[in-house]
Amino acid sequence: METPIEISGLVKTFGRTRALDGLDLTVRAGEVHGFLGPNGAGKSTAIRVLLGLLRADAGAVRLLGGDPWRDAVALHRRLAYVPGDVTLWPNLTGGEVIDLLGRMRGGLDRARRDELLAAFELDPRKKGRAYSKGNRQKVGLVAALASDAELLILDEPTSGLDPLMEEVFQHWVRRARADGRTVLLSSHILGEVEALCDRVTIIRSGRAAEAGTLSELRHLQRTSVDAELAGPPHGLAGLPGVHDLRVDGDRVRFDVDTPALDAALRRLTEIGVRSLVSRPPTLEELFLRHYGTAAPDAAPAGATR
Amino acid sequence: MSRAAAARGDATSRPATGRGGPLTGTRHLVRLILRRDRVLLPIWVLVIAVLPASYAATYAELYPTAAQRAEYLATTAGNPSIVALLGPAYGDSVGALATQRAGLLHLIVGLISLLVVVRHTRTEEEAGRRELLGATVLGRAAPLAAALLVTYAADLLLGLLVAGGLVATDLPAAGSVAFGLSVTLAGMFFATVGALAAQLTESAGAARGLGLAVLGVAYLVRLAGDAGGVEWLSRLSPLGLAQRTHPYTSERWWPLAVLVVLTALVGALASGLAARRDLGAGVLPQRLGPATAGGALAGPLGLAWRLNRVALLGWTVGAAALGAVLGGAAEAAGSAVEGNEAVARLMERLGGSASVAEAYLGATLSITALAAAGYGIQAALRMRAEETAQRAEPVLATGVSRSRWLLGHLAFALLGPTAVLVVTGLVTGLAYGLSIGDVAGRVPRLTGAALAHVPAVWVLVGVAVLLFGLLPRVSVGVAWAALAACLLLGQLGAVLELSQWLLDLSPFTHTPQVLGGPVPRTPLLALTATAAALSAAGLLAFRRRDLPR
Repeated sequence: METPIEISGLVKTFGRTRALDGLDLTVRAGEVHGFLGPNGAGKSTAIRVLLGLLRADAGAVRLLGGDPWRDAVALHRRLAYVPGDVTLWPNLTGGEVIDLLGRMRGGLDRARRDELLAAFELDPRKKGRAYSKGNRQKVGLVAALASDAELLILDEPTSGLDPLMEEVFQHWVRRARADGRTVLLSSHILGEVEALCDRVTIIRSGRAAEAGTLSELRHLQRTSVDAELAGPPHGLAGLPGVHDLRVDGDRVRFDVDTPALDAALRRLTEIGVRSLVSRPPTLEELFLRHYGTAAPDAAPAGATR
Repeated sequence: MSRAAAARGDATSRPATGRGGPLTGTRHLVRLILRRDRVLLPIWVLVIAVLPASYAATYAELYPTAAQRAEYLATTAGNPSIVALLGPAYGDSVGALATQRAGLLHLIVGLISLLVVVRHTRTEEEAGRRELLGATVLGRAAPLAAALLVTYAADLLLGLLVAGGLVATDLPAAGSVAFGLSVTLAGMFFATVGALAAQLTESAGAARGLGLAVLGVAYLVRLAGDAGGVEWLSRLSPLGLAQRTHPYTSERWWPLAVLVVLTALVGALASGLAARRDLGAGVLPQRLGPATAGGALAGPLGLAWRLNRVALLGWTVGAAALGAVLGGAAEAAGSAVEGNEAVARLMERLGGSASVAEAYLGATLSITALAAAGYGIQAALRMRAEETAQRAEPVLATGVSRSRWLLGHLAFALLGPTAVLVVTGLVTGLAYGLSIGDVAGRVPRLTGAALAHVPAVWVLVGVAVLLFGLLPRVSVGVAWAALAACLLLGQLGAVLELSQWLLDLSPFTHTPQVLGGPVPRTPLLALTATAAALSAAGLLAFRRRDLPR
């Protein structure tokens, strides 16, 4: 099976702005791939290049084995796209838009369409101008998920959805994966990415800052430890890979680089452990480490790249 | 007492605003509007107010004697194309000539008043700012009342300044007041039309379009009436009515009274609608539509049909109405100018070598063709609107190619104005044929005359498509500027004696006058080929560019 999305060294400039600056992105068949980054990082630009709407200035882009610019029409029959801000024609109903997009894509599954409408609690008879932001997103989602497309390209698809609908969305994305479809999910809702994605690419200033499975990414990061000890915590401060050590009597809190975790725990058990809470880094922490003002430089050299 | 408390206090205690009545808070909204428009409002009032007096001063200086003015009236002010453009002159006094020269004031003040009212009603509501205010102590009718109050006051002030300025240039008071009030009432009438349009539609753009369409029809009807000297036709138009006061000759006040009544009727309708509808909604209740798409809505052409059908229907009905009015008035227009050799010659030059009545029809068809071109440009620029509203993207991310998408829209941009012209020609021929008892002869003749304008209209559509493909960001402004240039070249080119190469830039210069003559194929084919080349170039450019751009 071919690799659905292969991007390497992609460059796209708008006048003086370099929106994409050598982006690499690989999405494997059958996976849900998280595409993470703050506003303006270039997520939507990359997706528009994939859709053949923007022409790449440099770099190689393969989409479903074809050239997204040259073979746009043929490739579009095999994918479905949901933009981050679904705008509808004011005088068309939601149901009409779903059918129209489906037909232009080459058909949709009627049974699945009805099932999706029920699951998302969407009234397809309302006119486009009457839908709220969240309901407009649902129209786009139903149109995409009801199709038989082998690749789903979702650009921040859940903006405006309430938590209940977020659950419904996650259920249907998992179902799509179970059906063997591939999903590129651009998002900055980290919980959603953590819940759904097999692999993640973090983009910053138009290039990939990190790529890999969540556990791979976590491996490069620190674990937080909060422990109550039997005696004074001597010898912890000197251990390599231990950061931000705070001592409060017999209680210690510190962050430790994952390779140094074993040595740190060994030292704790030597002293004697009364209680221990350890927590892997959340995606928020991974994310903030890349974008936060203080975080990036605090990472140990060589550990993050 | 804090300022907010004071505001609450007088909003509820003042008898003028009622206890929680529909007009509660109008005073505050008036102040808000005055605050927002504190620069714009005085500027437009003052700039327009000085115009009539300055015209009067110029005429008094250029033509000091009655003999000179009589000659000017005979040669220039009475010229049918000047009368069509500005309206009639009711004599050769300085005042009569100056108020004719200021004849476009009614149109301009009507336009500004309409835009101001929409700006403070539907625009606010669409942007959601009205909702913010609506949650405070505010009566249901207050926003509309405030917008109209401010605009009416500005129109009244403008009228008084106009009258005062004319009196200050030593013109009689009665004529000055009649003209000043006619400007005021034209402004008030179209302000109220704007208020009505703002109730009917949900978007400010549609409200403006509706109001402008009413204003445009009013101007066209007055133009058609004045060009042919058909008095009843001019009186059908509110603008024509406003120019029927005969200032400085024998002032008539009844047209002003009619305008007051019309304004009151439209105003009552608008406030009645405003009291009944929901915030943010138009008049027609939101009905539920079909849950599934019909068979026709299956591709870009079906989508373009859904997006264009309302405009197409509106334009076709409007074209039929205009055709009926013009065709019915043609015979009267012909006999009105019969004895006048100079006018007849001019009509022939404008309208071709047929009878005076047909020449009149030919001339009005030329103006209809410009309006149809405006429709075509609007339909072509819908592609740009779809692009900027991000509605083109999801469609182009399906199996629809850029070419198919563009061609779907282009079909309506080309065929829509064609339908408008054919219907205008058909109905004009029918009405004119009925009035002279020659339906079988006149229908094909006038339909053919209308069709002859189609290739020139297509060229302007082609220009819009090329701009959309090549220079999308400036496409809207440049395409409309091209239409305005064609309008100016066509209507004023001959009067101003512009050089031929400049006139040749307008495709309408190359449209042959086919009424009563043979149909020359070459220019029509050349125009069609130009339109095709422009559209094809636009398509190629669109296929190669980034989207959205």
